[in-house]
Formats: sequence, C-alpha cells, structure tokens
Amino acid sequence: MNARHDAEGHEAAGNEAMGNEATGNEARIAEVRATLDRVTDPELDESVVDLGFITAITVTAPDEVDVAFRLPTYWCAANFSYLMASDMREAVLGLSWVRRAVIHLDDHMYVEAINEGIAQGKDFTEVFPAGDGQDLSAIRRNFALKSFERRQEMLLRHLLAAGHPPETIAAISLAALEALKLDAEGTVLRTRYLERRHWPQDVMTVGEGVSPFAFVTRDGERLMPETLGIYLRHIRRIGLNAEFNGALCRGLLASRYPGTTPAATPDFIGAC
Amino acid sequence: MYKAKDGSELFIIDGHVHLWDASPENIRNIHGKQFIDCFYGYHASLSPPEQLWTPEKFAKYGAEQMVKDLFIDGPDDMAIFQPTYLKDFYKTGFNTLEQNAILKKRYPDRFILNGAFDPRDGEGGLEALEAQAETYKLKGVKLYTAEWKGDSRGYKLSDPAAYKYFEKCEKLGIKNIHVHKGPTIIPLDRDAFDVADIDHCATDFPNLNFIVEHCGLPRLDDFCWIAVQEANVYGGLAVVLPFIHSRPGYFAKVISELLFWLGEDRILFGSDYGIWTPQWLVERFMNFELPEEVMKETGKELTMTAKRKILGENAARLYDVDIASQRAKLSRIEMAAA
Repeated sequence: MNARHDAEGHEAAGNEAMGNEATGNEARIAEVRATLDRVTDPELDESVVDLGFITAITVTAPDEVDVAFRLPTYWCAANFSYLMASDMREAVLGLSWVRRAVIHLDDHMYVEAINEGIAQGKDFTEVFPAGDGQDLSAIRRNFALKSFERRQEMLLRHLLAAGHPPETIAAISLAALEALKLDAEGTVLRTRYLERRHWPQDVMTVGEGVSPFAFVTRDGERLMPETLGIYLRHIRRIGLNAEFNGALCRGLLASRYPGTTPAATPDFIGAC
Repeated sequence: MYKAKDGSELFIIDGHVHLWDASPENIRNIHGKQFIDCFYGYHASLSPPEQLWTPEKFAKYGAEQMVKDLFIDGPDDMAIFQPTYLKDFYKTGFNTLEQNAILKKRYPDRFILNGAFDPRDGEGGLEALEAQAETYKLKGVKLYTAEWKGDSRGYKLSDPAAYKYFEKCEKLGIKNIHVHKGPTIIPLDRDAFDVADIDHCATDFPNLNFIVEHCGLPRLDDFCWIAVQEANVYGGLAVVLPFIHSRPGYFAKVISELLFWLGEDRILFGSDYGIWTPQWLVERFMNFELPEEVMKETGKELTMTAKRKILGENAARLYDVDIASQRAKLSRIEMAAA
C-alpha cells in the first residue's frame, strides 16, 4: 500500500484500498512525521519538518518507511547533511513497527555518497575519509551545547521578564523548574530547554552526576545571580547565529524551490 | 562618494566585489550551474524586490554594468576585488585575478586587486604567489579554508603549510588576509563551526591583518571571542549587511555585537557585488539607527563616526589609501571625463 504525503501533510497519491488500511497508513505517516519533528538541523536548532526539508513520507510496506528530503542548497555541508539523514534514519527506526527505513536526499552535490552511506549504516568518516579524525559525534556534541545555551537564554529571559528575580532563578532546582507554573510561551520554552538539559547525557553530567540546579553553564557550573546579566550577554550570540542561519536557509529554500512555502519562523524564536 | 543628510561627504571603499562569468557558455558542469543558482538564492532572498535582477543578468552582468552599479549609480569611491577561481566548475574560471586585472587597467584608481593562494599547492604555489604579487602589486589575498581539494576537506590557517605562505606574504608586502568564514557556498564542511585557527595565526603574525568575511556568521559567537583578543582581526560585513532590509531588528543586534566586541575600527563594509549592489546597502546603512533597547543591551552606539569608519576609513588604513589625495585624484579624473 502506498500513501504519499507532501511536506504540508496533504495526501499526494491515493490508496487503492480505503477504510481501515488507509487509516492505518495515515496514522503511521503521522507517527513518522511526529518522530521526524524531533530531528533538528543542528546549526538552526529547528525541526527538519518545520524547515520544509521533508518532501515525502511513504509507507512502502507494513514495516518499511521511505523518507525523502531536500536542503536549501546543493552545497549544504556534507557532514551536516549526513548528520541529519542519519538522525532521521535512527528516529524512524525507533518506531516499534518499523524494521526498515530508507532516507533519500535529493538534489545535492554528494547525493549518491550520502544516500548509499546512510543505507548501509556507515559512519560519515567511512564515506568521506579525510584522515583528520573528525567525526559526527564531535559536531553533535558541539551543537548540542550551542542549542542548550540558546534554549537556556530564551527561557532565562522569559523568566526574568515574568518577574522572577535572579536569586530565585539561580537557586531553582530541576524539580522545582519542572513544577513551576508558566504561561503557554514559557511552557514551550521550558520543554525545549529541558530537552537539551537532559540530552545528550554526557553534556550536562559533571563530576559525580547531573547537577541538581536547573540552570548551569555548559561546564555544569551553577549560575550566580550577580553575574547572570554578563552570562546572558555572553550566550546571546548563539541565538544570533541560529537566527541568521534560519533566515538564510528559509530564504534559500524558497528561492530554490519556488511555490513551496516552508513554515514560518516558529514563535519561540521571536520575530525581528 | 556618499553625501550625508548633514551635507558631509563619506569616502566609500567597498571591501568585497566580484566580476564573474557564470554564463551558460562558461559553465563547465552541473556544479557550475548549481553554484550560480545558489548565489542567486542569496540575491533573491535578501534583496528588496525593486533590486532584483533576472537570473540571466545575474549570471553575467559585465564590466560596464559593474562600473555603473558601483561608481556611477552607486556610492563606491573604490572597490576591492576578491577572486574566486573555481576552474573546475567554469571553463575560464568564475572570477579570477586575471579577469579582474583587465578592469583594473581601465580604472586604476578605482579598484584594488586581491590575489589568492591555497597552502596545499606547496612550493609551486609559493612561486605562483610571488609572481602574482609582482605582476599585480598585491596587498591582499582571499582564502577559502574549507574548500575541498582531492581528498582534503579543507585546511587550517594554523597549519605549518599555511604559515609558509604567511611568511611569504610578509616578505611580499601582502598584509591583508581575507578569509571566507561564512555560510556554505562551496564544497566545505570543516569550517562549519571553526574559526579557531584565526586565533593562532593572528597571534603568530601580528604584522598581518586577518579580515574574517561574513564575520564568521554563522559562528558569530566564536568569532567575537577570538576577535576581542586579537587586535589584528577584522570583520567583513558582506552577507551580514543585506539583513538590514529583510530583518532590520536582527541586523541591529548583530552590528551592536560587533561594535561591542570588535569596535568601530575593525569592521569593514563589503557589498559582495554582484550579489547585492552598494547603492541600496549604503543608503540603508546611513539611515539606520540602533533601537533603544539594543543600545541599552550593549551600551554601544552606531554613530556617524562609526559609519564613516566602517564604510571607508578602516579599509583605507589597511590598504594604505590616503583618502584626501585619492579623493582629489578621482575628482580630477571625473572633471577630465566630463
């Protein structure tokens, strides 16, 4: 059975059999999309679905999924492209009913190497040997830290604006932050922050274990109320980077694929 | 020459221009086509609608159009050519020093020619650089550290091979090293988050200036951190400035960060012509004022003095241009032409 969907989620090709089976496919595709929604472009720290990168999700067999994606340029860095493809594959394979996931990148300088490498579950360095030892895990870690700081800055600014004094913020425990009453925007920012606060594990683990404080630096040290302002100044450049990338990539994608409209900048980023 | 509202005149040096040929006749393969398409994407997505060119014009605008856009309709007094060879993609190259030199010959007081090298070219490359410097009296070069070459996925400016070239540059009087640390436009990945190499070479070669094009965006955080410690590191505004149209609030934040970390003496204007034309960029920049809350955040202002430095005086210092005498020379030429 085939059910193809475009990036916006409209059904692109119909099913021969309607009814339960079609509904089953619908549900499966929705599940795949939901799991892909958690895959981010590392530099942009945004979902590949929101960015308009995913062009088709096809359930090719009851336990097989095919995902097609595209990028804003033919030149998008091979390592980032590989990283996203590999994250997509892992995410889709994480669904209980999926045994085989095929990820297709379209229209890219290294499309064959990337698609083949991903299909065979190879490491980036196996596909693009350069002898300098750089692997994707270093990139993943670096960008996880940047994403952690960016999400933290947004939440901190939100809490300050909502009237929480720096002393309270610096002292709040992880559990207390999770229980804190927040408005709708604050809730989204908290969820996004905690996602990075807890992942990847090694990032925030210092010494004996995870710090009990909700807000710590990338080195795991707790924030001090008197230097909170300086700290925020320091990390705000991370957000500026991501914003630059996000605006550029959306523009390039729209120019490269006219007629498609990648989702607008999500609310949590804030308009400029 | 730009005339400000208060009647004062600003001498404009455009730190980043190209004269390229991406016409179908010159395109060698799919990569060449994709490359110019990608440039066009930058043009189309960040330009005001009334400034949009057709893809055909964009592929090859020609020397006459360039002179018109920079110096006649545009405010540039001088412009610095930054070459991009890409001979694997384009039959005669995309934008080479040799092609640029033809235009420089016709307008010797308008253009500054920069060269290029790749440390992976070894001894032969050093000799070629020497010959280049002698022929064209180079004072600057443009480098792409993340360019793929054979099996290599790029190089670092801190590599011993690069140091040999910097030593050579010092001997040859090439003191301005422009480095592309910016968005992905050519096969690259290694610099994706890496501007750290600038830190090393800027310390080890205090007599050279390192101009980080595109201000290291999207690595602004790393770049500012390095730049604050190294007095000979500069930021080039190409690609950053067009955001003044589509996202002025964002541009305000970035420029105030740069003012905070680098200061107004180390920021250089560049249009990246033909991706954008200097006329609207300079106009918008001159009319631009930082919002109150952004100024409060960094404590920095974008004053008239800062604008004057960014648009010309800083580049003049790096390239030994005496603005007063250059201005007099250019007006004499104009008078003669009229």
